[in-house]
Amino acid sequence: MNDRILRIALPLLMLVLVVLAWDLAVRLYAIPPYVLPGPGLVLATLNADAGLLWQSLLVTFTITFEGFMLAAVGGIVLAVAFNQWRLVEYSFYPYAVILQVTPIVAVAPLLLIYLPQPLAVLACAWIVAFFPVLANTTLGLNSVDHNLIALFDLYKASRWQVLWNLKLPAALPQMLAGLRIAGGLSLIGAVVAEIAAGSAGAGSGLAYRIAESGYRLNIPRMFAALLLLSLAGVAIFFALSALSYLALRRWHESAVRRER
Amino acid sequence: MTGAPTIVALRNVGKTYDSGTVALDGFNLDVQGGEFVALLGPSGCGKSTVLRIVAGLSEATQGAVERPDGNIGFVFQEPTLMPWASVATNVRLPLKLAHADDAQAHAAVVQALARVGLAEFAEAYPRELSGGMRMRASIARALVTEPQLMLMDEPFAALDEITRFKLNNDLLRVWQELRRTVIFVTHSVFESVYLSQRIVVMTPRPGRVFAEIPIAAPYPRDEHFRTSADYAATCRKVAEALEGAMAEGAS
Repeated sequence: MNDRILRIALPLLMLVLVVLAWDLAVRLYAIPPYVLPGPGLVLATLNADAGLLWQSLLVTFTITFEGFMLAAVGGIVLAVAFNQWRLVEYSFYPYAVILQVTPIVAVAPLLLIYLPQPLAVLACAWIVAFFPVLANTTLGLNSVDHNLIALFDLYKASRWQVLWNLKLPAALPQMLAGLRIAGGLSLIGAVVAEIAAGSAGAGSGLAYRIAESGYRLNIPRMFAALLLLSLAGVAIFFALSALSYLALRRWHESAVRRER
Repeated sequence: MTGAPTIVALRNVGKTYDSGTVALDGFNLDVQGGEFVALLGPSGCGKSTVLRIVAGLSEATQGAVERPDGNIGFVFQEPTLMPWASVATNVRLPLKLAHADDAQAHAAVVQALARVGLAEFAEAYPRELSGGMRMRASIARALVTEPQLMLMDEPFAALDEITRFKLNNDLLRVWQELRRTVIFVTHSVFESVYLSQRIVVMTPRPGRVFAEIPIAAPYPRDEHFRTSADYAATCRKVAEALEGAMAEGAS
């Protein structure tokens, strides 16, 4: 059978099987909804609470998008600065690493003390998302073909010309790989901060809904919100993959389709 | 050849790398305007180092270097094209970096591509081309500024023999049309005899001139020359010189 059909059909089949098994288990063992709601109830809740959940999704999505954009710009600008000025790299790189390796769950409560809540959430999304952009872009900028650098030298290219015409385009594949990771991470950052803010905050994001529903033992709504959250993550991943494909399809091995 | 001005002169040039490797020692070379010179030697004899010094990409640690300042074409062993840009954009690069006028740059790119037989592939991307065609694009890029000096660092070493012969012929044709100076580095005896007016045989590390052999055969040279007794005899002579150079390096 055609490989492409299988790639789409098999995961769908697995989804149907798992949902059926889930439904069957709930019915067969008569599991109460506050322990495990069936798939039908989750969908019904999704429909009933659509207005509330949709608004929350929008809040989380906006924060994620803002965090991602800041991470993209910050990561790329910092990588270029590191690449252009060695001393800047020496001064700041260790702290970029420290920011990355310190678990965000532990940093979030502190940020919530010093920053207004929306800003703290944004800061969390940014902190977790910027490092992959920085690290990947730096790798790309440093892996330029040395003969091409010699060529630019030969034609007396300025530093700016080397950066704009050689280093940035050469680093594009790695930069896009970094952005793809950052997309998922900025969602995680936003969610972690919302959870940490918990009931104390005035937040109305999806993660806050999950926490709130948990306190109220409204398990079906927890599932519904979780479903929306993972759909948002999938959407982000596909959007960034499409961007990467469009930018690289004509020249980079990773995006070129080969005939066998 | 007589009376043509000297455009490259290396006097007693030495190059020692930071690692302590002595790549060149007491190297002398004079190249006249319009000349086609081959640098022949085993790998690691410092041929590429000579080219990089002449190009200004590397500094000699000893001796005096006289070389044209600017407008030098360089062809690397690999095509060294920007994979994200079309052939035309790649060829245009030197003019773009020099902020050349758009219309003039476009005309120069068209002409350079036509010279190497790539006129129809201007909009293709490097990965869509064969190895030989990529090398043609690389040569077009070196020609686009109409340099007085072309430096070629084993440009055809990675190509198959059929493609290499074809590129040899096309290179000679372009050289006869333009009469620019060419310094051509190779480790192939056959290629050096076929192409050049003069072969400089180098000893292995540290690189030094072992012999200079003029090749008197007239141009245009073609497949008749490649199969002639004269060519075979010259190749034998050059191969013997190369053996002598290697023996000296080993002692």
